Amino acid sequence: MDGAKLKTESLSMAYSANAPYALKDISVDVAENSVMAFIGPSGCGKSTFLRCLNRMNDFVGGVRVEGRVLLDGSDIYAPEVDVTALRRKVGMVFQRPNPFPFSIRENVAYGQKLLGERNKSRLDEIVESSLSSAGLWEEVRDRLNEPAVSLSGGQQQRLCIARAIAVSPEVLLMDEPTSALDPLATARIEELVRELKKDYTVAIVTHNMQQAARISDATAFFLMGELVEAGPTTGIFTTPSDPRTEDYITGRFG
Amino acid sequence: MPKSAYGKMAASGARWSEKAPRGIVTAAALSGIWLMGFIILFLIKEGMPILSEVSILDIASGNRWYPVSSPPRYGMLPLFAGSCAVTLLSCVIAIPFGTAVALFISDVCPERAREFCKVSLEILGFLPSVVLGFLGMVVLAPWMQAKFELLSGLNMLNASFLLGVMILPTIATLSEDSLRAVSQSLRDASYALGATRFETMFKVVLPCASRGIVSAAILGMMRSVGETMVVLMASGGAALIPRFITDPVRPLTSTIAAEMGETPVGSPHYHALFFMGCLLMLFTCLLNMLVMKIESARRAK
Ligand SMILES: Nc1ncnc2c1ncn2[C@@H]1O[C@H](COP(=O)(O)OP(=O)(O)O)[C@@H](O)[C@H]1O
Ligand SMILES: [Mg+2]
Repeated sequence: MDGAKLKTESLSMAYSANAPYALKDISVDVAENSVMAFIGPSGCGKSTFLRCLNRMNDFVGGVRVEGRVLLDGSDIYAPEVDVTALRRKVGMVFQRPNPFPFSIRENVAYGQKLLGERNKSRLDEIVESSLSSAGLWEEVRDRLNEPAVSLSGGQQQRLCIARAIAVSPEVLLMDEPTSALDPLATARIEELVRELKKDYTVAIVTHNMQQAARISDATAFFLMGELVEAGPTTGIFTTPSDPRTEDYITGRFG
Repeated sequence: MPKSAYGKMAASGARWSEKAPRGIVTAAALSGIWLMGFIILFLIKEGMPILSEVSILDIASGNRWYPVSSPPRYGMLPLFAGSCAVTLLSCVIAIPFGTAVALFISDVCPERAREFCKVSLEILGFLPSVVLGFLGMVVLAPWMQAKFELLSGLNMLNASFLLGVMILPTIATLSEDSLRAVSQSLRDASYALGATRFETMFKVVLPCASRGIVSAAILGMMRSVGETMVVLMASGGAALIPRFITDPVRPLTSTIAAEMGETPVGSPHYHALFFMGCLLMLFTCLLNMLVMKIESARRAK
């Protein structure tokens, strides 16, 4: 696939020197300004894979990563890479909404403040534009100083998206962002994800296949740490080439 | 109506073996509360008569504590100032240090070293205060005296340092608990936004645990206010308002401990000492209420 924003080449990963591989020889491309969904039964390594893409696994002592992860063609595991800069480029939204117990404004401004932005009006602009992109501005514009934990679960998750957007990432990683939300809040996030791909490249993990079908351009199916198949979403869901994919999407296991 | 009928039935139907434990626990709790009330009443009863000898104003503003001169003077200001000064200085030493130790254990040191650090802290907490006081007298005092060319190494700084060491485990252990209670998911959120380890520690973990750290600090302070042996041994014992941290002081606790044995029961001096006990109790009660308030606000969040 041409124009791959993010690409893995034979990526293998184990959580410690003598642990079995949690990921085995994964090669996928995520095209720029597209949504790619990662599906598979739980424990198959979807989160592990996603966390390799912004090097969040670095915190686990003793991980082994083999193969390459290329962002715009350059390896993010190269020794000269500044991991904090990488994580700003590759933002992440987690499974459970995890706003800081600060005000709504402070949550969104956090990343910019780390970057040294002190100018109040500049910060206000960024807070507004990020919240707007996350579809939350209208709901919270009058209560920016209220604690973020006073928001509903769905709003908190959109706040987390706004917080990630505020440092102008290029890629957004989302790890089952709707699994803790009700159907209405889920629909809101799904709509948002479709909006976001205009400006960002999105990699989203989900174990909800309808969700993958609704929002993604491409889909990758994982099983026990291996990539079974990846390709355009319509193809995966209508004419899967691997029988295991077919079994999974028709609900025969998982 | 059906509810009360059921209650009656249950009460008459309950066997002795079921009621007994409840009764014993209730009796124990009640006697504990009763004992508490009795102690407080006793303190007040023995402390208040001093107010018929001297006015509260003289006690509060009097600069001279000469309880056995004639006429006696019962000015408690220097003693009160001594208690406050020693306590505050010990907190100034122990709070930053204790918080730093807590942060180190919760967020910096490798998993394997964590238990070792916690056990070391506990051992420090087990040190009897008389041992600390002894170290202050025979090690710290001569060293300070020589190093800073002081008249005496038994002074406020010495006592505060020892108190700081004494309350450090309390502050560090309790702070560490609240730092560890900060969810890993918040740390992850911070890292994912490009924060370094230190930025995450100081901008997320520490603020999120701030209430717990404040109450840990106040609990440490409470121990420091009430501690007697260390200050008795190391503070120098001069009833003067300290002007400098190397001045000797005579806090309330060590005054009570030093003088109670030598004063006739029922004398004004005796009542004055009990009055100090009341003051100390009031002070620790206030600190305790503050902690409870912080804790309940924390739970409400
Ligand atoms: N921090 C970790 N340390 C060791 N093993 C882990 C860790 N996180 C996940 N694993 C293991 O890696 C495998 C894949 O887990 P995960 O990526 O969370 O799966 P998924 O997100 O698809 O449910 C599982 O077998 C899990 O036990
Ligand atoms: Mg997962």
